[in-house]
Amino acid sequence: MTTIDVTKPMQPEAGRPAQGTNYLNHTTGIMSWLLTMDHKRIGVMYLVSILTSFFLAGIFGLLVRTELIAPGRTIMDADAYNIMFTLHGAIMVFLVIIPSVPASLGNFVLPIMLGAKDVAFPRLNLFSYYLWVTGAIFAVAAIIFGGVDTGWTLYVPYSTTGTEMNGIIFLSMAVFVLGFSSIFTGLNFIVTIHRLRPPGMTWFKMPLFLWAIYATGIIQVMATPVIGITVLLLIVERAFGIGIFDASLGGDPVLFQHFFWFYSHPAVYIMILPGMGIISELISVHSHKHIFGYRFIAFSSVAIALFGFIVWGHHMFVSSQSPLMNVLFSAITFSVSIPSAVKIFNWLATLYKGSISLNTPMLYALSFIFLFTIGGLTGLHLGTLATDIHLHDTYFVVAHFHYVMMGGAIIALIGGIHHWWPKITGRMYSEFWGRIACGLVFVGFNIAFFTQFVMGAKGMPRRYWDYTDQYRIYHVVSTVGSYIMAIGFFITAAYLIHSLFRGRKAPANPWGGRSLEWQCSSPPPAENFPEPPHVGDCYDYSVLEWDEQEQGYHWRRDIPHPVGEA
Amino acid sequence: MSHAPAHAHEHPDFLRHHFNTPKQQFEAGKLGMWLFLATEVLLFGGLFVGYSVWRGNHPEMFKAGSVFLNTKLGALNTAVLILSSITMAAAVTMAQRNKRGPLILLLSLTIAGAVTFLVVKYFEYTHKFHLGIYPGLKFYEKPAGDSHTLSGSLVNDAGGVDLVLVEGTEPLVQEVAFADTPEAEPTTVAPAAIGPAGLAQDALEPGDRPADDDHAEHLTHPLQDPHRPANVHMFFNIYYLMTGLHGVHVAAGIGVLTWLLIGAAKGRFGSAYFTPVDLGGLYWHVVDLIWIFLFPLFYLI
Ligand code: HEM
Ligand SMILES: [Cu+2]
Repeated sequence: MTTIDVTKPMQPEAGRPAQGTNYLNHTTGIMSWLLTMDHKRIGVMYLVSILTSFFLAGIFGLLVRTELIAPGRTIMDADAYNIMFTLHGAIMVFLVIIPSVPASLGNFVLPIMLGAKDVAFPRLNLFSYYLWVTGAIFAVAAIIFGGVDTGWTLYVPYSTTGTEMNGIIFLSMAVFVLGFSSIFTGLNFIVTIHRLRPPGMTWFKMPLFLWAIYATGIIQVMATPVIGITVLLLIVERAFGIGIFDASLGGDPVLFQHFFWFYSHPAVYIMILPGMGIISELISVHSHKHIFGYRFIAFSSVAIALFGFIVWGHHMFVSSQSPLMNVLFSAITFSVSIPSAVKIFNWLATLYKGSISLNTPMLYALSFIFLFTIGGLTGLHLGTLATDIHLHDTYFVVAHFHYVMMGGAIIALIGGIHHWWPKITGRMYSEFWGRIACGLVFVGFNIAFFTQFVMGAKGMPRRYWDYTDQYRIYHVVSTVGSYIMAIGFFITAAYLIHSLFRGRKAPANPWGGRSLEWQCSSPPPAENFPEPPHVGDCYDYSVLEWDEQEQGYHWRRDIPHPVGEA
Repeated sequence: MSHAPAHAHEHPDFLRHHFNTPKQQFEAGKLGMWLFLATEVLLFGGLFVGYSVWRGNHPEMFKAGSVFLNTKLGALNTAVLILSSITMAAAVTMAQRNKRGPLILLLSLTIAGAVTFLVVKYFEYTHKFHLGIYPGLKFYEKPAGDSHTLSGSLVNDAGGVDLVLVEGTEPLVQEVAFADTPEAEPTTVAPAAIGPAGLAQDALEPGDRPADDDHAEHLTHPLQDPHRPANVHMFFNIYYLMTGLHGVHVAAGIGVLTWLLIGAAKGRFGSAYFTPVDLGGLYWHVVDLIWIFLFPLFYLI
């Protein structure tokens, strides 16, 4: 009798698992996790692993900020500093943000949203988790072997010459392996969405999160192989002196930049699109209002995915790229920001006249809109040729990408974790502490990174260990902001972990969501649904009502429930 | 696999529990394989782009290098792979028609083709290594026991050329020298040997080479050719990279095909369930297809 099943009338009794068994406890033992093919357990393993890496890379980031609190040497020398920001960036990008939402929350929610029992290829899913683990091990090896001080971009000639130590090779191997992990996740999800949708769920009845994951999958499959071959070339370059990128051997360093950004620009959409998908769900569910402009949001995801492939040159305006290319890339960069803006306006329209619950997930969703808008708009400053010449490689760029990656992707991830936490763990977290922590993160984030726009515009270069006195005040403020943000994250970790043990048992549908995952119990049974359910409009909340006793939503008693429909 | 009793339809052994029908499972597998093959094509795509960039900027590098490839062996390998693709396609048909004996035979023939390909490739590679045509920096080392003097040119930072003569493994840098060929002028190569198309300066002015010059064909190593373009080693590096990565895929193909052969011997495949044979076949065709592009790009043009 641990879970309260408010969806009883919606499901035929036959095939229901016994009360109290769910995916967490139907089998036990460490091996039942390590060898599981259940998408929910794999999602949870991903979540734990990714958050651990987030913690590690976060510590590196705090060390970087601490070093910068004063000019000259504060806690580490310049070489250690180079290594520190490289590890911070590389781990955050390749181990955390790129896999984050699809591999953890996506894995957990996607098949349930589809009313399916699992993803199309469960074994491949587990395999891609272990590829992630292998990548993490290589990354650790890179730390041990040392010498990784190139920045996450691994630009030649830093990565081909420089230190004699071979950490670079390990980091490249990590990127290669993690790339394939990402490819297999994307491939799996694309096939799942194509082939495992339940009867009645047409493309335009899918939750928008799935559209986002689908668009992400396309980028993962189409862009990642290119970074794979690039780092492979980098490895042979470094190991044998092939000379393809190394100018001293007749190679072309700019070619490396093209290869790198051909992947890494689309990769920023691998990072942000799933986050946008989460926000579409959060905004609609927590304002209890039908999503506005469903098709626009859905198509803008696909548009972003496709346009994202042809703007990579905006990272290379000062790389000796031809002026014609610069103009073209700049123009296309502007056009790619249109679909992002389309989403923002649709979210705002959804909020308009909604009955907004200002709970933790919603606060994160609102933070996302605010921060991503700033991040996106400053992207336009960088996409403009004249201003980018000045702003390139300054803290302005650093602030820009933290607003979109941290303020966008990570904030969406944390919001999504809160949204689905009751479903994943079967427990409610402390709403009070949730709001406080969100506030601290939001305030700390802005203090830490808005100052960086200012100092970047004033000319503070990125990746510098030392600076002149005129930048001092900005660095101090920024560092203090990062500490406030860190406190927010530690509080979050504390109350979430606390809720696992002491949290109130979660009802099946605590927020009043209508997509299929709110139909099965919290936590879901091992096979999700005995039979594929039929589906209705996943954003029509008029059929749900709040039940004070259950502290959750269920189907309204005064209207008949269409059997088997959500 | 345990599944709910609510399943009215038949659930054959090969059907994984999360699929409803064999058709759904087959279609999922097929779509997944196509996507995977797309990633393979894109992986090679990066190298093909590299090839185009280099060829576009330095066609003469490819001309000078490709004479050292053995077109006959390349053609032989092409024929072998095309044949193996045919046997593979036939194998899929046999699986669909429940013909176990022919399936086993055709899969074995396909494996034989793949092995032949790698054996030929092995001889091609080792022959080149024997002549001292190595990938990477070793290209500029003189092979042991070779009486020819080799001289290599690498563009250096100052914009001049270091001629690296290597005895054994000890490089000695000389100012000017084509020791064997005193009539050749020392070359100067601008620092941007590789750059936007058209800007590249090469050692050889057009028309420098005598019209009737065919002596490149008697050489065993490109560095013996005084008229070779600068950075000719890049041709071989690209060659080794692309054919090497392709070779790795052929080797992986042997693994896949062997696994299929074992399955066929155990009678796992038939008209109801031939997905693995079908998908393995698709993979094999793509591996062949890549070679169909590599062969003319390196050996013929
Ligand atoms: C609204 C659309 C966006 C536009 C117009 C835009 C534009 C740009 C431009 C032009 C640069 C190059 C700046 C320079 O190096 O001088 C840049 C850098 C960057 N952007 Fe964006 N961006 C946008 C959204 C995003 C998103 C959504 C993300 C990630 C989630 C992102 C992540 C990054 C990163 C990581 C860099 C810096 C990479 C580096 O050099 O280390 N951007 N952006
Ligand atoms: Cu970009």
